[in-house]
Amino acid sequence: MSHAPIPTEPVFNPEDPEVPVPVREGPDEGTWFTRNVRRIIIGLYITAALMVLLDLVYTKHSHFPEEDWFGFYGFYGFVGCVTLVLLAKLLRKFVMRSEDYWDA
Amino acid sequence: MPSVPPALVFLVASLPVPFLRGALRKGWLLAIPVVSFFCLLSAPEGASWQVEAFGNTLTLLQVDQTSLLFGYVFHIAAFLGLLYALHVKDTTQQVAATIYAGTALGAVFAGDMITFWLFWEGMAFSSVFLILARRQKSSNKIAMHYLLVQLLSGLLLLVGIAVHLHADGGSLAMARLTPEGIGHSIFDPSWAGVGTWLIFLALGIKCAWPLMHNWVTEGYPAATPTGAVFLSAFTTKCAVYALVRLFPGTEELIWIGVGMAAFPIFYAVIENDLRRVLCYSMINQIGFMVVGVGIGTELALNGAMAHAFCDIIFKGLLFMTMGAVLFRTGRINGSDLGGLHRTMPFTTICCTVGAASISAFPLFSAFISKSLIMVAAAHEGYHGVWLVLLFAAAGVFHHAGIKIPFFAFFAHDSGLRPKEAPPNMLLAMGVSAAACIALGCVPALLYDQLPYAIPDYAAPYTWPHVIQQTQLLVWSALAFATLMLLGLYPPELRSVNLDADWWYRKATRGLVAFVAGPLMAFFGLLSRTVHETIPRGLGYFAKNPGGAMRLAFDRFLLGWAGFFRSMDAIDRAQARLTGDQARYQATSPGAAWPIGTTVLYSAVAFLIFLLLYLF
Repeated sequence: MSHAPIPTEPVFNPEDPEVPVPVREGPDEGTWFTRNVRRIIIGLYITAALMVLLDLVYTKHSHFPEEDWFGFYGFYGFVGCVTLVLLAKLLRKFVMRSEDYWDA
Repeated sequence: MPSVPPALVFLVASLPVPFLRGALRKGWLLAIPVVSFFCLLSAPEGASWQVEAFGNTLTLLQVDQTSLLFGYVFHIAAFLGLLYALHVKDTTQQVAATIYAGTALGAVFAGDMITFWLFWEGMAFSSVFLILARRQKSSNKIAMHYLLVQLLSGLLLLVGIAVHLHADGGSLAMARLTPEGIGHSIFDPSWAGVGTWLIFLALGIKCAWPLMHNWVTEGYPAATPTGAVFLSAFTTKCAVYALVRLFPGTEELIWIGVGMAAFPIFYAVIENDLRRVLCYSMINQIGFMVVGVGIGTELALNGAMAHAFCDIIFKGLLFMTMGAVLFRTGRINGSDLGGLHRTMPFTTICCTVGAASISAFPLFSAFISKSLIMVAAAHEGYHGVWLVLLFAAAGVFHHAGIKIPFFAFFAHDSGLRPKEAPPNMLLAMGVSAAACIALGCVPALLYDQLPYAIPDYAAPYTWPHVIQQTQLLVWSALAFATLMLLGLYPPELRSVNLDADWWYRKATRGLVAFVAGPLMAFFGLLSRTVHETIPRGLGYFAKNPGGAMRLAFDRFLLGWAGFFRSMDAIDRAQARLTGDQARYQATSPGAAWPIGTTVLYSAVAFLIFLLLYLF
């Protein structure tokens, strides 16, 4: 990951260089979110399973045959997004340039 | 309230803005859209405010349900944008934003194409100041690119209107150019000619069609934090409005829209500048609207307009939250941000609401508008189109719904602890977020304003629709979480990505280098040859043709002798040349030719000219 390093000295706002942006002092105290990442992800997996199981309890009004498959929307969303991300990563090989490319 | 065209209210009211100070200016700015809105409420249906100009009747205020719908949402966007930008001290931005909103409203309520064109150009000239106001060298350059593209669109529109009116025998009315019904082709000569194509293309540029979209992805991220909020609302939606008016049921729009919905999401996944991610997702959303216009049934047109209405509010909200981040930290790249939910909780909540709205979660606004287009596509049997739109709907959640809030407010801790956004920004974001939820929860608020009734089969809140949509989105989120856990998700990198703007930002530089270098050298040589070398040679020859030929022959002999290295022959040729040179000097007539010779040469030249002319 090429994230900016965590600043230890004041950093400045290029939009308004007079005012420094406050930065973290001391170790990260964390928040509810940072402490519960694991629970949030488990919750997401459980919700996903439940949403597919709900397919059993309602009548579909389908326009196209594949809509009648069990869990079609979940499957399509998951496969679609994984394909999207992997293809986008591939796209990076062709189109990614350094940040100063346009100014060079 | 008297019925006054909103554009007039905005334009006149923008005049005193630079001279007002403090609370008075703030109050004045907020009052503009409110007063204009109440004027609009009392405007009668149909055409009013007509003036005779250029030999045509110009209609400044054409009120029907389509123009009213866009008029309402543009007023909302103008009010929220001005509220969001209330702290700005730079009056250039506030005047530009007010004029920009006014010209957009002028275009929407224009009853004829000439008025529409005037305001279309007005939008270009006023909006560019929202980029120039950043006052950086790089953004000034981008502002010029932006302006050139906008003016190209205006030029095509003007020529298109002229050709449409005079060559194709069309009318100036802002009414549908396509025949009644659906499934028309822009290449059908029975209704579409060159003028129609040019108008189509002009709208396409401002609508950000594929390959013409880079003025959005280049221009908007270069605007000021508050300027991008205005930019996101007006120009592209005005183009959508014009497509709804002029080209409903043009089948090519379906395929263009499908392209718009599909390709930008790939760029959005790998883009680092979070406002540019929003630009790509904006093109994706406009793609849905363009598909709706292309399908052209009542339901599809309703969907396109409803989605434009919702998009203006939720996309404005997302630009507001990213603007707040940029304003407080001066940073907008995903690689520099993260963890801001600690100190900007309210902005985080608003961003999450905007993200849920654009992703079409039940109870949020796009759920009740995007679905109209999806159902219309399915109902007309566009199976492939429907599948791509479903993929795009999942993809937009992935990059706009998750990526924007995640990388700005959560993800790894960037160490930045900025203050929460100023109160006026918080208020604007809060009201926008509330509007997104209200539209999502009470669809009738929007549906009652649409020109056509919503059929029962397209009702959004049915169990199948709610469950299927939630399933799609939750599993898309699952894909994000899984890819993150597996370390397969592409990290935010400090980088830029090439797009179609490469052609005018880089390839043109090569073209300029080619023209300035080799091409200019070639034409310079050609020019010197034609204008100097050949005339000088001809002049020298004509002065004494016999002598010149003799000298040329002598030089040839001298060269020949040199080639054979015969000292004897060289001496002889040299002597001959020297003799002839002396003779040449003696026999050359100089500047003063005998009149007879001059007449003879002139007569010969004239004869040659005549002979050439014969053929």
